Parts: sequence; structure tokens; C-alpha cells
Amino acid sequence: MPSPSSSKPAKPLHALRERLRLGRGTVAVVPLLWLGLFFGLPFLIIARISLSEVVIGLPPYSDLLSWAEDGMLQLRLNFANFMLLWQDSLYLDAFINSLRVAATATLICLLIGYPMALGITRVRESLRVPLLMLVILPFWTSFLIRIYAWIGILKGNGLINNLLLGLGLIDEPLALLHTDFAVYLGIVYAYLPFMVLPLYATLSRMDHSLLEAAADLGCRPLSAFWRVTVPLSLPGIVAGSLLVFVPAVGEFVVPDLLGGPDSLMIGKVLWTEFFNNRDWPVATAVAVALLALLVVPVLLFERFREKEQDA
Amino acid sequence: MAGPRPQLGAWQDPSAAPLVEIRNVTKTFGEHYAVDDVSLAIYPGEFFSLLGASGCGKTTLLRMLAGFEKPDKGSVLIGGEDVTAVPPYSRPVNMMFQSYALFPHLSVADNIAFGLRQDRVPRAEVNERVAEMLRLVRLDGYARRKPDQLSGGQRQRVALARALVKQPKLLLLDEPLGALDRKLREHTQFELVNLQERLGITFVMVTHDQEEAMTMSTRMAVMNEGRIRQIGTPAEIYEYPSNRFVAGFIGAVNQFEGRVTEQLDEGLTVHCESAGTDLRVHAQHEVAPGTPVAVVVRPEKVRIFAEQPPPCDNGLSGKVEEIAYLGDVSIYHVRVAGGVLIEAQLTNRARRAAAPLTWGDQAWVCWNADDAVALLE
Repeated sequence: MPSPSSSKPAKPLHALRERLRLGRGTVAVVPLLWLGLFFGLPFLIIARISLSEVVIGLPPYSDLLSWAEDGMLQLRLNFANFMLLWQDSLYLDAFINSLRVAATATLICLLIGYPMALGITRVRESLRVPLLMLVILPFWTSFLIRIYAWIGILKGNGLINNLLLGLGLIDEPLALLHTDFAVYLGIVYAYLPFMVLPLYATLSRMDHSLLEAAADLGCRPLSAFWRVTVPLSLPGIVAGSLLVFVPAVGEFVVPDLLGGPDSLMIGKVLWTEFFNNRDWPVATAVAVALLALLVVPVLLFERFREKEQDA
Repeated sequence: MAGPRPQLGAWQDPSAAPLVEIRNVTKTFGEHYAVDDVSLAIYPGEFFSLLGASGCGKTTLLRMLAGFEKPDKGSVLIGGEDVTAVPPYSRPVNMMFQSYALFPHLSVADNIAFGLRQDRVPRAEVNERVAEMLRLVRLDGYARRKPDQLSGGQRQRVALARALVKQPKLLLLDEPLGALDRKLREHTQFELVNLQERLGITFVMVTHDQEEAMTMSTRMAVMNEGRIRQIGTPAEIYEYPSNRFVAGFIGAVNQFEGRVTEQLDEGLTVHCESAGTDLRVHAQHEVAPGTPVAVVVRPEKVRIFAEQPPPCDNGLSGKVEEIAYLGDVSIYHVRVAGGVLIEAQLTNRARRAAAPLTWGDQAWVCWNADDAVALLE
């Protein structure tokens, strides 16, 4: 039989646990509130506008609710905006092109970022933090300014062309700016750190003795890389790819500033609808469709992570 | 204890060819000599242990056999072939890592099959050999589990199976039992020894645990500061340590510093200030009078009496200062006239038979000359 003195300390412990559970709930409220206020609410407004009609006036869209003559409250939902996205090939082409550009840029980021991340884990300890700092360093300057700097580098009488002309390697300036190449360059440049950091995080956690074990079992370094390093860094690859792919799909600044006038990306289409055509309902419909499109890879990632944790 | 092992004795046969030869190997890390001019031969079928405290170079030596470290000087031969420059993936050697180094993304079966798949062994044969290994290490039902779903002991067995499945000539074990709790460790010692005898594979094990090395090895090398201090069977090393370091490192010991006064046919007479008398000791070599030596005798060889015993080779008297009861044995510390503390061990059966001794009692200790060793180094 437990003595009364032994059951006593259990009670405060229980209370503490109870309080902790309560505290955990309170802590969760803050990000939820944040999410609701700055994502949920704006999204509802966007979704509401996407279901209205264009009107000339302020605001430039119709009300969803209106009073009919016989005192009835009318709810008018306009799905024409979404139908337009499907019917007019402009939007679909822009979507597909955005996905294509984002996927290619993500792949390039992975191909450049993986060796970088792996390299940082392999140098001696004292060099790792400075190298990581170098990866993050560009963030100290505004994104927009960095993209403008690329214009200066790429333009007809910019840094690269002047250098090549000066060296006598070319006779007339190369068309670098306002090309697909410039768009890829800009996106890869802007998002590479988002690929390198999660990759570094998973690779640096890897136990080096696993590679020794692979070598001991007959693996040359390259096959140890494919059979051990790559599978173990899969979470980092997925996280990094999403961090690059998702924002790259909706990217507006890079294609607008570095891309040609015909570089068709959904972010740019959205901008045009909103500011040039002042067609808020179509612009918001594009935004809603884009969000729906991007939720799919995120959900896939979540599924992957859950499976990983189950295993 | 795994009990007495059959004396293989290949190292005593001059015509036997060693499986592993380490020739004058030196390895430095910066200023520090990890391995300092070590030479060693290991014969087929041996269970050889490298024993020493951490940082003594035993692990570096093992990693040189695996190919993870390159010696600065000297050469390593396996099966008569110089493998000094051969990378780990081309050596006929497998290693069981201290951390086990199981691949966390692969199941137990895939971990074991890893090396076979790398060698492009046909699928049917892979499955067969993996199943055989799972049976051998008694993990039949665990093929589909991931390493983090296993207990420490099970993980250790997977690591062993993975290292054995390629049927290496030589298996290297880096502290194979270090991560197991005491009870499991003793049980696993048996299993490893039985497995090694059944498979006939040569094992080289690194351990810091002298009991483990004594129990499992056919021979062992005691290392200190990058050098091998003694190589021999566990009995040789325990009974006849060749220097003060080994004597002090393996087991408990009474050690008296002194000078040789004379050499007789049956042994030496050594004058020891600390013991307050001359000690007689069995001599292995000729020693000139006046040479400083250490006389070493194990506590269990020292008998203790409450009354003056019949004359023996070395008899001293003193006061009992400490008694430690360890269950199976009791340890007595007796302060003798010369001022030194002598440790005597008595099994508790003998203790109950003998006259009872207690703190502060006058006691006599004695031992035979043959049970003591004189050390020059």
C-alpha cells in the first residue's frame, strides 16, 4: 500500500502538468490569431472579391448582397472570373509557364545548392559559420536593390558586356537582359539560400560514421553518396525545393524587371489585371487559383513528413 | 566468464603465416603520436583484443586495419598482401562500429543486404544470406523494422550481422559491447565468442574493459600512449606482466620497489625498503645484483593469517587497516612494518573457515616466491 507521503508529491506534479497543458494551449493561440488576422481574413476578402463583378466606381467591384425590389435579400455569386481563367488561354499559359520556370529554377537551385551545402559540412568546424554567413549575406541588402543591380550587370552597356567588349571577345553587346536566361538567373540567385540552408541543416546532422560504414561494406565514395547521403538528406531536399518553388511560382519582381515583355508569368498577369486593367475580380480570382495550386505541393510535403515520422 | 578457450597457439608455431601483419606503423595527429612504431602479427582464427585506456591508440590501430586511417610510416599487410594504400571499400575486412552506424533509412534486412547489393550479388542469394544472418543473430521476426525501432542489444546484433554477411577474412570490432548494460554485455560476450569459434573468422576487438578482453580473447595487446606494452594470452599477461604499466593496468596488484641483492638458482632476493624486509621472487631472467626492480604480487596470491603461520617464502606481519566485503571475496589491507599497505584477497569460504580478523588486529601475510614477479621495466 502506498504511504500517504508517497502520494503527496504526485498531486502538485499533476497540477503542474495540467497547467502546462493549459499553457501550451495559450501559446498555440498566438500564432493562430496571427494566421487568422493576417492570412485568413485577407484571404476571405480576396475570395469575396473574386466572386463579384467589375463596376466602374469605388470600390471597383459589385456587392455580393443586395436588396431586391420585393424586399428580398439577394446573394449574387459571380463564377465568370474563374471560368475566364479556364477559357482564356492567356491565364492557363501563364500558369503553366510559371510552374515550368519555377520547377526549372528549383532544379537548378538544387544542383547548385547541394554541393554548396555538402561542401560547408565538410570543411573544418571554424570555417562553417563564416561560410553560412556568406550564404545569408545578400539578405542584408533589399531584394529589389539586388535585382536592380543585376540589371546593371546584364544590360547592353553593363558590366558583363563592357568586360567582354573590352577583352575583345565579342564585337557587339550580347542580349542578356530581358531574356528567359535573366529570369532564371534572377530567381536562382534570389532563392538559392532557401535551398542551401535546409540542405545544410539535414546534411550537418548526418553521422559521418555512416559513410565509413558504407565504405567498409564496399561502397566507393560516389555510390555511398547515392545510397546513403542522398536518401538521408531527402527531408532537406523536399523542404528546400518547396521553399524555392512556392515563391518562385508567384514571382513578379524578377520576371518584370529582368524578363522580356513577353515573359509570361502568373505574377505578372496578376499585376496587369490589378493595376493596368483595374479588373479586381479577375485579379483576385487569379490569386485564389494560384493559392489553390500551391497548396497541393505543401500538402504533399506534409504527407511526406508524416510518413517519415511514422516510419 | 566464457570459460577456458581451446589454446589455438598459432602464434607459437613458427611455420604459421599471420593473417594480419602490422610493421613499424606510426601515426601522428599534429604533435600527438596516436600510434608509435607498433608491430604486431595476428594469426588466422584468433580472437585478438587491443586493450588500453582511451587515447592509447587502439582505435587508430583498428581504423588502420579497416583503411580509414593511413599510417605515416610502416605498412599493414592482410593475408600477406600490402594493403597500406588500399581504400576501405577494397579491403577483405568488415568492421562493427562502436555506434553501430546502422543506416537509419533502411530496414534491418536492407541494412544487412547493403554490402551484398553493392557487390551485385544475385537477388535470390542476397535474400538467402540475409535470412541466414537474421537466424544467426536471432532476429528472424525483425527484418522489416527500422533501426530506431530496435533495442540497443538488437541494434548491436544487426550491426554484427551486417559486418558478417560478406564473410570477411577479418572482422574488426570497435568496443562492440560498450553501449550495452552490464547483464546483456556478459551474455553477449559468450555469444560473440561462440560465433567466432563456429564461423572461424579472425576477430580483432578494441576494448577498454580488461575483464572483457580477458574473457574473450585468445591473445591481447595492452597499449599505452601509442605503444604496445605487452602481447600475450590473457593468462600470460595476468600472471607474468612484463612491466610495471601492464602489472598495474590489469587487475589489482601489490608492488614493491627494491634492489636485487643476490640471484640464487630458484630466484632472486630483492631488498625492499617499503616492505621492511628482503623478498624472494621467482626469476625469469638473469639479473645482476644492484639492479632496481619492482616485485609484484596479486592480492589473491597473498594469504592472510590471524596467528603466525608456518614459515613461507615471504612472510610479513602488520595491522589490519581496512576490510572490504565484496560478496564473493573480502579484501584486507594490512599495514606492514616497512610502512607499505599490502592487499590480500580471501574468498569468503576461506574467510569463514579461518580465524576471524577485524580492524586493528595483528595479522600475518605471506606468499610464495613463484607467485611473485620481478619487473625490470
